[in-house]
Amino acid sequence: MNFDLSDEQKMLGEQARGLLSARSTFDRLRALIDAGFEWDEPLWRELAEMGFLGAAIPEVHGGLGMSELDLAVISQELGRANAALPFFSSIVLAADAIRLAGSDAQQSEWLPKLARGEIVACFAYAEGSAGWTGGAVKARLANARLIGTKTPVADGGVADIAVVLTEVGGEPGLALVRLDQPGVTRVKLASFDQLRAHYSLIFDGAAAEVLDAQPAREVLDQLFDRAAVQAAFEGVGGAEACLYMARDYAMERQIFGRSLAGYQAIKHKLADVYAGVELARSAAFYGAWAAADGGNELPAAAAAARLQAIDAFERAARENIQVHGGIGYTFEANCHFYYRRERTLALSLGGRERWADRLIAHLPDLRSEAPDHAKAA
Amino acid sequence: MDFKDTPEEAAFRTTARAWLAANAPEFELPAGVHIEDAEEIRLGRAWLARKTANRYGSILLPETYGGRGGTIMEAVVFAEEEGRYRLPRGAYVGIGIGMAIPTILKHGRSDQVERFVGPTLRGEMTWCQLFSEPSAGSDLAGLRTRAVKDDAADEWVVNGQKVWSSWAHLTDWGVLIARTDVSVPKHKGLTFFVVDMKTPGIQVRPIRQISGLKDFNETFLTDVRIPDTNRIGAVGEGWACAMTLLTGERLGQGGEGKDRGIIDLIRFAAQTPRAEATALDNSAVRLALAGAYAEEQAEKHFQARLRTMISRGENPGAAASIVKLIYSNRYQKTSGLAMEIREMAGIAHAPDDTFTPELWYDYIWSTALRIAGGADEVLRNQIAERVLGMPGEVRTDKNVAFDKL
Repeated sequence: MNFDLSDEQKMLGEQARGLLSARSTFDRLRALIDAGFEWDEPLWRELAEMGFLGAAIPEVHGGLGMSELDLAVISQELGRANAALPFFSSIVLAADAIRLAGSDAQQSEWLPKLARGEIVACFAYAEGSAGWTGGAVKARLANARLIGTKTPVADGGVADIAVVLTEVGGEPGLALVRLDQPGVTRVKLASFDQLRAHYSLIFDGAAAEVLDAQPAREVLDQLFDRAAVQAAFEGVGGAEACLYMARDYAMERQIFGRSLAGYQAIKHKLADVYAGVELARSAAFYGAWAAADGGNELPAAAAAARLQAIDAFERAARENIQVHGGIGYTFEANCHFYYRRERTLALSLGGRERWADRLIAHLPDLRSEAPDHAKAA
Repeated sequence: MDFKDTPEEAAFRTTARAWLAANAPEFELPAGVHIEDAEEIRLGRAWLARKTANRYGSILLPETYGGRGGTIMEAVVFAEEEGRYRLPRGAYVGIGIGMAIPTILKHGRSDQVERFVGPTLRGEMTWCQLFSEPSAGSDLAGLRTRAVKDDAADEWVVNGQKVWSSWAHLTDWGVLIARTDVSVPKHKGLTFFVVDMKTPGIQVRPIRQISGLKDFNETFLTDVRIPDTNRIGAVGEGWACAMTLLTGERLGQGGEGKDRGIIDLIRFAAQTPRAEATALDNSAVRLALAGAYAEEQAEKHFQARLRTMISRGENPGAAASIVKLIYSNRYQKTSGLAMEIREMAGIAHAPDDTFTPELWYDYIWSTALRIAGGADEVLRNQIAERVLGMPGEVRTDKNVAFDKL
């Protein structure tokens, strides 16, 4: 057993961290919000140049062909920086959907462009509060024309193409749609996270092609599980950022004649945040390993990683503001970036209930093997 | 990153598994039946003797001391395989192997190593721990048991009271920390001893606990004479010895216990009828149990990360405190939840129901786990101070002579 990142992965993380801490500063994030920008486009170009966008895209399609864990290292740093980038939409979800379900021709047409950052993709799955599972998907694809409304769609404003979860001939399907065509209307929504804009995408007979190498029903669960692992790493990065922001502030702040960090009320709070971060990181490691090598362990591992990451980031984001006190409620104190991003991450891909269901559905033998003590019940 | 055994680990696992299959069953404790303490300790000694005769008694100790001289991963593999059996591995062997031996090896003289390590490893010498006192638990260095030197006899005369001494009524030897100098600050005036529990003046009384059991003791020491040859380390070096011993305690935690596993609670909920089919179909129960299961898995993977560090010679330090902190709190929460799943049957049970009393015991025992071996509050302080670098507690007594406090 060797349960740690490799030296190369640690270096990759440091490289990403170095770039993001230099470029995606809190000043920069505030400037983006004030200017009404939906993403940090120059930074996206830099990520592309450094190969981060194509890290997990196969080499034959212009990527670096690295593993889930390499991608996870980048996701974690994006979470730490709270970057305003469509990485989760374009790379973690859309590019992976094209890789899993697309034909060779579709992959070679789109993946190199995504890897180079020439285009941005979004992944349109939800249909409002109805969700996207069971019979909730009302979008329809017929005769290569798409009709329906997907909402909310993260990064729908900056994307050039969308991968859309739609019904095709009575089955779930994944369709690829160019967004710069008649028949596509984008409506910007008010988004809780000011650095991750969500849209409604209204399709009224837009031209679309089905990703047809694999039936969508065979890849969707895998796609969401793999994305859940990346979201967990993003959450761990954000949670860790909150932990050290709170710690550093408490160390600096004097109160009642001594350091705020010397009070047990603060020490114990942050010890619990730390424990949550390390547990979530451990679960996320296992999730990434399962995505790369673990075969049928992925569903339960991804769900456990997701649940632990939601818990950890939620606690860290809340307590970060609490430790800062009144100053934490100001826009200038920067805690709010994580407080808003945390909810956005927690509710994307379905929240705790969905992943609790998925975890329990993939536990072994809940009925067949009654433990002795339950028989007496 | 790889979770699978390396070829060497896999080979060791195969060997250990075969050996256990041939040897462990005859030492197993009967399931669900309480056996007498004396019988359990007899079985425990015999099992340890069998293991040591086959170089499984201590995987980590060098062969010269009767161990295997193995790696940390081999120790982990063996513990996993041994854990498949209900074997007598309680504190009566755990304190000797996990606490007494490491402390004697690090701080003792070679004749003391000679005298105690081998017999302990062979199950001939069992141990209890005489550390905590009625007014010295988390603040162990505030202990009041006094040891005064009788130079003429080259002996120490010990007076005081110790508590929570598990198995003190049946074990052969005790590890003891006592105050030998009251004129210096509290951490500096302590000395570490080993004491033969048959020495005159030692009286062990069971403590009636909130569980209804009496498995801990209080131990009274009245003019107990300990030869100076049974002092471990220098006079005044007791605190360093105690830290060595408690490090052994922390590293030993989390790997075993009365944990029935969250999967069992989930199965139990899946088999408990409710209006919504079963208790597991209730979304509140589902969320709570899925969360607990995810946390249990995360904790297991966190331990794997710790082992990876240890196997590379790195010291995880206070980060390891997470395991016990998280485990004992989850244990309390999920035992309480399991009672709730039973609804009113969780507070009063029929004569033929053997499960509810187990839950009651878990729920009550979980309170002890949150206190013993590093209370929640001590562990949180350690994480905050040693991992996060936050300031230490205000200590008004740190530089004051003990007799001036």
